[in-house]
Amino acid sequence: MNKIILIIKREYLTRVKKRSFIIMTILGPILMAALFIVPVYIAELEGETKLVGIIDETGLFYDKFRSTENIKFITLDSDLETAKQNITNEDLYAILYIPKTELSVPQSGMLYSAKQPNIVVKGYIKNIMRKEVEALKLSASGVDPDILKSIKTNINLFTIKMSEGGEEEKSSTELSMAVGFICGILIYIFIFMYGALVMRGVIEEKTNRIVEVIVSSVKPFQLMMGKIVGVAMVGLTQFALWVIFTLIIVSTFMSFFSDEISSYQSSQLKIHNEMLPVGVNVNGGEIPSENIQNTLEGGDINESVISIFESIQSINFEVVILSFLFFFIGGYFLYGALFAAIGSAVDSETDTQQFMLPITVPLILSIVLSQFIMNNPDGPAAFWLSIFPLTSPVIMMIRIPFGVPYTDLYLSIVLMILGFLGATWLAGKIYRTGILMYGKKINYKELWKWITYKN
Amino acid sequence: MNVLFEAQNITKQFANHKALDEVSISVPGQSIFGLLGPNGAGKTTLIRIINQITAPDNGRLFFCGEKLQSRHIEKIGYLPEERGLYKKMKVGEQALYLARLKGLSKADALKKLREWFEKFEIQAWWNKKVEELSKGMQQKVQFIVTIIHEPELLIFDEPFSGFDPINVNLLKDEILRIKENGGTIIFSTHNMASVEELCDHIALIDKSKKILEGRVKDIKKEYKSNTYEINYTNRQKDLIEILSNNFKIIEQAKDEDTLSAKIRIMNGKNQNDLLRELLPYVSIHSFNEILPTMNDIFISKVRENE
Repeated sequence: MNKIILIIKREYLTRVKKRSFIIMTILGPILMAALFIVPVYIAELEGETKLVGIIDETGLFYDKFRSTENIKFITLDSDLETAKQNITNEDLYAILYIPKTELSVPQSGMLYSAKQPNIVVKGYIKNIMRKEVEALKLSASGVDPDILKSIKTNINLFTIKMSEGGEEEKSSTELSMAVGFICGILIYIFIFMYGALVMRGVIEEKTNRIVEVIVSSVKPFQLMMGKIVGVAMVGLTQFALWVIFTLIIVSTFMSFFSDEISSYQSSQLKIHNEMLPVGVNVNGGEIPSENIQNTLEGGDINESVISIFESIQSINFEVVILSFLFFFIGGYFLYGALFAAIGSAVDSETDTQQFMLPITVPLILSIVLSQFIMNNPDGPAAFWLSIFPLTSPVIMMIRIPFGVPYTDLYLSIVLMILGFLGATWLAGKIYRTGILMYGKKINYKELWKWITYKN
Repeated sequence: MNVLFEAQNITKQFANHKALDEVSISVPGQSIFGLLGPNGAGKTTLIRIINQITAPDNGRLFFCGEKLQSRHIEKIGYLPEERGLYKKMKVGEQALYLARLKGLSKADALKKLREWFEKFEIQAWWNKKVEELSKGMQQKVQFIVTIIHEPELLIFDEPFSGFDPINVNLLKDEILRIKENGGTIIFSTHNMASVEELCDHIALIDKSKKILEGRVKDIKKEYKSNTYEINYTNRQKDLIEILSNNFKIIEQAKDEDTLSAKIRIMNGKNQNDLLRELLPYVSIHSFNEILPTMNDIFISKVRENE
């Protein structure tokens, strides 16, 4: 026991002290934080106002274009030709030209600009024109825009799960999907990254020819388990540091920029509200339109916020977190043992392909099927895959936020433990023979012989 | 003589071949025991069994009279033929790790390592990474970590490979000194010259079976062929005319001023009889008994076994 601790310590310390570990630990959170920060930052950068000149020969639209933070509209008095010549002098981003037509309602415009116009600007202009034209057509056919607005309805479908005891709780399918999928993906990444690290560690010991020196002091099984546990601790350390650093970076950034962000968001909201009389939605739904409608319909917003909180409560987070930890670690140990066995059977990483396949297929399949499982979290496929140890770490985590019968969960846990014991036993057999075998091309028949050796 | 280690009727079967077939050896304490045999004879398997890396299918093993068990691991030091170190680890750190795996406490291991590093004059390597050392340097470190826990039984598999002649001598001295201080060494090699130089006992394994075991001196005596080499000068007659048919001339050679010949004595005669027949005709400069080398014995025994 003492010796296995020595091995774990070495495996842990040599990896944690490596330059690549330190770099990854620092880079990871920066990349993660960048995912949150960059979009906000870019939006800040794009803040410069674009000046768009309007020449509206129809006289229907020019007062409908309202300037926003990013786009300012001015009506030009000159004709198109002079405006085009003056485009750079007058610092115009673009000129919108709406020609007179023979039709009762104009349906086209032209946007002249020095550079390819921004898609946001284009979308904004098109949207306003479309709404206006629609309103014109409606009034032409005698429909009052107010009536149209009043028939727009937002349906809130509350999903309520009933337990057998008759208790009711609100649930959110989307939230369950998100929680399950994130947990599943994390387990998947962890197993692959650190399982491969175990395998490389075994191959390294083999190619360095140190393994025989070590197994004359400790049992091969101790060496294998020490490595698997040591690498697991490296992985947990890295994950913990990532979470902490990411939180630190994001929260620092948020507190630093919070003023600007909130003003940015409120200005966006303001625009929505201003535009609403004609039903315009800026930037194609960057902010969900329900919110605004809720504001208008008054009081509904509270209800939807409450419903989100209620659905958060509907997910049993104790079960989610505990099972996440269990399947996270259990899955890693199961796969770690198999990865160690592969490492022991080959002489170099290039030989691992043929043995990797049967191990990676169930893992990749779990991720590929995740969408299907989310749609049918209680179907037979979900059930069988969530109790089969090679797929259960990912699939069970996807199922759990939807609520899983405890019998399924316990069955899955028991099978996971049995699977882990079986995999370590099997891996131990292969490992013991494999680490001392050099220069031999190994196939499955050979592996089977190793497994059936006595002692 | 007390026996430190004994293996009785060890059999080990791998999937399609028998690596060891009823092999027994007995290693006396405070001696150097040569484990010899051609490639693939089963030596490494036997060594791994002694180190409890693999278990035999049949047979019994004794260490100091007790049944061999896992706590004996700390009393055995093993330098395998396939050896190496973690390349990215620092020398000192690594030596400490390997010493502690053999059951030394941290303080003990540090103290002993410092002594050995000083003795081999390699203190400056302590903080270097292994990959910065040459192969010979790595071998030195490896040797130190093999003997650092002062085991009662040391097993060296081709210990001199990768060493230059100066370091080979350093190692030989160290091995002899370990024996002086009461250690026992099992020594596996293909280098027969070093066997003659170091070993007190040998066992020869061929095709999974032990075909020879005993004291080196006894074996040599047993396999001597009663052959003598003489250097002589002779102006009158050829040796063939002088000698009776109790003696057989195996080889004759001519130097600038002396002649030499190898003669086998047969029919129960001895070397004095040979001298008696020679003396009237030739003047003898030297007269030696030719003992078989371990090399000769090895080759003839293995050929015989084919």
